[in-house]
Amino acid sequence: MGENIKQNQSNQQQPTAKSIIRIEDLKRDFVVGNEVVHALRGVTFDIKEGEFVAIMGTSGSGKSTMLNILGCLDKPTSGHYYIDGVDASQCSKDELSFIRNRKIGFVFQSYNLLPRTTSIEQVELPLLYNSSINAKERRERAEHALELVGMANRANHTPNQMSGGQQQRIAIARAIVNDPVILLADEATGNLDTRTSYEIMSLFQKLNDQGVTIGFVTHEPDIALFTKRQVMLRDGRIMKDLLVDTQSAQAALDALPASDDY
Amino acid sequence: MNIANLLKVAWDAILRNKTRTLLTILGVVIGISSVIAMVSLGQSSQQSITEQVSSTGTNMIMIMRANQRRGGVNMGSDNAQSLTIADVNVIEKQAKYVSMVSPLVSAGGQIVSGNNNAQGSLQGGSTDLLEIRKLSLATGSNFTKEDISKYSKVCVIGQTVVNNLFPDVDDISEVIGKDIRFKGVPLKVIGVLESKGNNSMGQDQDDVIIAPYTTVQKRFLGTNYLQMIYCSAVSEEYCDDAVTEISLLLRENHRLSDEQNDDFEVRTQAEMLSMMNSMTSTLTLLLAAIASISLVVGGIGIMNIMYVTVTERTKEIGLRMAIGARSKDILLQFLIESAILSLVGGLIGIILGLLLSYAGSSALGMPFVVSYSAIGLSFVVCAATGIFFGWYPAKKAANLDPITALRYE
Ligand SMILES: Nc1ncnc2c1ncn2[C@@H]1O[C@H](COP(=O)(O)OP(=O)(O)OP(=O)(O)O)[C@@H](O)[C@H]1O
Ligand SMILES: [Mg+2]
Repeated sequence: MGENIKQNQSNQQQPTAKSIIRIEDLKRDFVVGNEVVHALRGVTFDIKEGEFVAIMGTSGSGKSTMLNILGCLDKPTSGHYYIDGVDASQCSKDELSFIRNRKIGFVFQSYNLLPRTTSIEQVELPLLYNSSINAKERRERAEHALELVGMANRANHTPNQMSGGQQQRIAIARAIVNDPVILLADEATGNLDTRTSYEIMSLFQKLNDQGVTIGFVTHEPDIALFTKRQVMLRDGRIMKDLLVDTQSAQAALDALPASDDY
Repeated sequence: MNIANLLKVAWDAILRNKTRTLLTILGVVIGISSVIAMVSLGQSSQQSITEQVSSTGTNMIMIMRANQRRGGVNMGSDNAQSLTIADVNVIEKQAKYVSMVSPLVSAGGQIVSGNNNAQGSLQGGSTDLLEIRKLSLATGSNFTKEDISKYSKVCVIGQTVVNNLFPDVDDISEVIGKDIRFKGVPLKVIGVLESKGNNSMGQDQDDVIIAPYTTVQKRFLGTNYLQMIYCSAVSEEYCDDAVTEISLLLRENHRLSDEQNDDFEVRTQAEMLSMMNSMTSTLTLLLAAIASISLVVGGIGIMNIMYVTVTERTKEIGLRMAIGARSKDILLQFLIESAILSLVGGLIGIILGLLLSYAGSSALGMPFVVSYSAIGLSFVVCAATGIFFGWYPAKKAANLDPITALRYE
């Protein structure tokens, strides 16, 4: 594979792109008993509109901790986090809820779908917490999101009637239904086999082509190749931040041996 | 989040968690319906006793021999032979507030007619006894003053006595003129009483034989003393005046000095009623106590189910917060869920409780009483438990960070 690794110079490459996420000297400490775990020891970087960033690193390097802060699910111990111009590190709980509802889409490794709930209802869920969207628009947008992830024909299925890959597609539809400024995914392919992972990556690439900015945590190098930029964490610090020679997930899918298709 | 969305979210959650929904509703239903049924039945029996007592005549006054202490020895009421026919005469002549008066003597023994026999008691009174006790004749006639002065061997009998001694008789008028033997003495039946059914204590009021008191005294008891005196006040309002008057007359007649206690006891039906009422309200209280236990059990059931489901649903709470629900939205959702469950359970419980009390009271032949206080109280208790224990664990969960709630196992 012709890896074309060079220092990240996206600033120069895309001078017009807006920076939608900016973190400055972000630290996150966990206090466990008498001990303090420094999960993040001062991280600074930004993500611009249209980027597809893989956050990489070994287990325990702080990937999830960082993504949770980016997703406003957790607050940093110190440092600043700006999303879409707002300093989330200074926000109240309710303001963070608002940011999560309007600006963020989050995809979990374990899907986190509601049991005994149909796909269309799962996807509608974020819009229920947005009073400015009426029932009709909610349904239309949910249907559109299901179409985007190729699950329109599963609208009335419940999670126990679907495979892991299908459930993850529903979870992705739920994450994009509110038109987030950034789509965050923590090991979204972690529970899936190679073929299904590639299919999901192909879906992420398609969404990115349509303009969705994506932050993507993975520890699998071959999955990271489908992104555009890699941020490498080690021990709570950024080790490397580089652009990737992006591979096409669809091409990788086509190249998979047919015997995989049992 | 607007109210329509909130209701939708809560309603969807209720439909999704069918087991929880059913168990919670069941808890509320059991708690409420048992309280309503028990308290209603208690009050039914109270009311049926009140009705019974008033049907015996609310202006009836009974004079009994009192327990007497003489020289520190309790003579016991059977030994105190204080009431005599002289007392009856004094009351009859001098009491302004008394319209009717009758002595009462009774003797127990075997009654025989042909091959049939029964145990029973023979009561002796004056001609007014039937009217004082609100007994009326179905057929035949009452005995007369002449029967009293002649110790006539005649009697008036109740329906049960007819059934026991004359099982083959179709028409009760055939009984008139026949003889029954009480302790071997033949008494001619001259009248049959209308049926009155059981009284509040379950006693058969139709199992009576009434004869002139002189007949009972001379032929069966061999004494001149009376067990009781029955009077009727001129009207219910004058009952108390009648009691005072009777007491004065009897003290005078018995030559009691001021230091001496009454050697008799005067009771009105109103007193009987309040005595009965205090008995039945104890019963009602007891039933209510049993019912409260089921209320508590129901409440604990609701509490457990709510607590367990919220714990189970912590992940769901985490997810909802991750996609933008505020703590307030979560709380309101759970509050609405538990309010709907409590309300539905409450309504079903009230309906079931009323049905149970209706079925119970008609099976026991008592009037159907709706206890609004039981409905209100049990409903409030169950609804409050349901709502509180729906809300409280949800509040704790909603205060978690979204990520902590999501990771909850
Ligand atoms: N809630 C927490 N309490 C205490 N320590 C925590 C907590 N969450 C994370 N940590 C610690 O912070 C460090 C970073 O954890 P994090 O989950 O971010 O790693 P990761 O890079 O996502 O690893 P993995 O690839 O295994 O998911 C670890 O040392 C972890 O033990
Ligand atoms: Mg992780």
